[in-house]
Amino acid sequence: MSRRAFRKFTNVLALALSGLATLIGLFFLGAILFTLLHNGLAGMSTRLFTAMTPPPGGSGGLLNAIYGSVVMTLIGILIGGPVGMLAGTYLAEYGRTARVSAVIRFVNDVLLSAPSIIIGLFVYELLVVRMGHFSALAGAVALAIIAMPVTVRTTEDMLNLVPQGMKDASTAMGAYQWRTIMSVIYPAARSGIVTGLLLAVARISGETAPLLFTALNNQFWSSNLAAPMANLPVVIFQFALSPYPNWQQLAWSGALIITVSILVLSIAARLVLSSLNPGGRR
Amino acid sequence: MNTVAVIDPRHAAGQRLREQVFRAATFVAALLVLLLLGGVALSLLVGAWPALSHFKLGFLTREVWNPVTDQYGALAPVYGTLVTSFLALLLAIPVSFGIAIFLTELAPVWLKRPVGVAIELLAAVPSIIYGIWGLFVLAPVLQRHVQPWLIEVLGPLPGIGKLFQGPPYGIGVLTASFVLAIMVIPFISAVMRDVFETVPDVLKESGYGLGATTWEVIWQVVVPYARTGMIGGIMLGLGRALGETMAVTFVIGNAHRIGSSLLAPGTTIAASIANEFAEAVGDLYTSSLIALGALLFLITFTVIATARYLLLRLERKALSSV
Repeated sequence: MSRRAFRKFTNVLALALSGLATLIGLFFLGAILFTLLHNGLAGMSTRLFTAMTPPPGGSGGLLNAIYGSVVMTLIGILIGGPVGMLAGTYLAEYGRTARVSAVIRFVNDVLLSAPSIIIGLFVYELLVVRMGHFSALAGAVALAIIAMPVTVRTTEDMLNLVPQGMKDASTAMGAYQWRTIMSVIYPAARSGIVTGLLLAVARISGETAPLLFTALNNQFWSSNLAAPMANLPVVIFQFALSPYPNWQQLAWSGALIITVSILVLSIAARLVLSSLNPGGRR
Repeated sequence: MNTVAVIDPRHAAGQRLREQVFRAATFVAALLVLLLLGGVALSLLVGAWPALSHFKLGFLTREVWNPVTDQYGALAPVYGTLVTSFLALLLAIPVSFGIAIFLTELAPVWLKRPVGVAIELLAAVPSIIYGIWGLFVLAPVLQRHVQPWLIEVLGPLPGIGKLFQGPPYGIGVLTASFVLAIMVIPFISAVMRDVFETVPDVLKESGYGLGATTWEVIWQVVVPYARTGMIGGIMLGLGRALGETMAVTFVIGNAHRIGSSLLAPGTTIAASIANEFAEAVGDLYTSSLIALGALLFLITFTVIATARYLLLRLERKALSSV
């Protein structure tokens, strides 16, 4: 083979392999979604959304688990969201160039990718041991701690996108910085911040590990925040590993519900973002 | 309107007060981030102390894990964590590299975004979904079609043959690595794609101008330029793999021993904690599990911090070259 032909051949081979790699990635996404739809749809019925988790062999639904997941995710984002927004505001506005901000950014990035089971252990030590029992509140706090770094990051990024000229204009009108932030910067960055919150919700609503020893699980309906509460991820975990076919079926349906909600949230967040800054990615 | 701005001193004082309160609130929230990391480290140390002071350094070097006799050593889970993560990276890096190349250099513009988003969605799928998929779909496929082949073809080889012996369980170290690989591919490829895009077009164009093929430009211009960022992305993926809990818990078999075969069941730090923590009775048992958690925290913290540092340095370089 001539050198020229060899170079051409290597080129085509390498590019073909990179195309193949992409197909592999897409294949697994497709395979997982197909399995979920195939196994999950079989168990779809109104009972799923109206009945409690059943004992082995009985019939039932996932109402208490869905309720618990929604409640804990909401409390999680209601705590983690605002705190994260404030911290992100500090990083983008007041402390933009402060030395401590560089450290906080770094630590926040580390927290962003820290294993969620570690957060679970932390909240166990912090709340469960002190309270003496597992509780929905502990679960919600664990989720809040996971949602916070996500919100810090997106808030800072979004506030940085607001043009300096707008801030200057407000300052020139004599507004204090808090007034500028509240009346100019937040409104200008609103959809970006909301997107960040959506992504944070998507992130925490599928988290299982931090709930295992904080909220635990509950076979029955409970709206008591100080008691263990059922939630979709842990129910899926326990039911999928059980030997009972009816429990396994519920696990698949729960998995489908959770995945579809998360994918819808993520896609919605991306659509909002791309309408914000066409050309940019992220 | 003919109003003249008059500064009302009470109003101004109120504004100043609000300014201070708001500023303090944002600062406290930002400090909370630091406090959180410190709190996590501290509480893990406190929780791990009984086990660490009881077993001393032996905790790190012993393989035994026996709740009945209250003897605990971290060697098997640490070994499992490192091996599964290493294998996962081995499988994931080439694929992620390929995806990043496809997305930056090869894909037509109309295809870039949908494919990129699809790969990113793979990262949004919660880990428990990977777990049940791995257990009910992937493990049987590997058990029936892949593992018998590995045992037959690679098993008799000297040296590496040891890694592929024994019965095909389906679940085990190899399956866990496989699932982990699928999970970290989107993370690594997203970072690689982003760093590839920071390569200045002028550099690539000069490569093409010299008559290089696309692959030669990628390998000799893009990759050297983006090396630090690529390593950062790989370390980030490694951090993910090390701490991944649910997916591994489903498919690794939770056996506290170090098998020579990759097909045998094993355990990882995260999987041990997830499997045993809620049922652990006795202070030493609980404390040993928290000590495992502290160990995991230490390992992942080092890896993630290194990754973030590398990526940060790259960001600065990109900024200064503009």
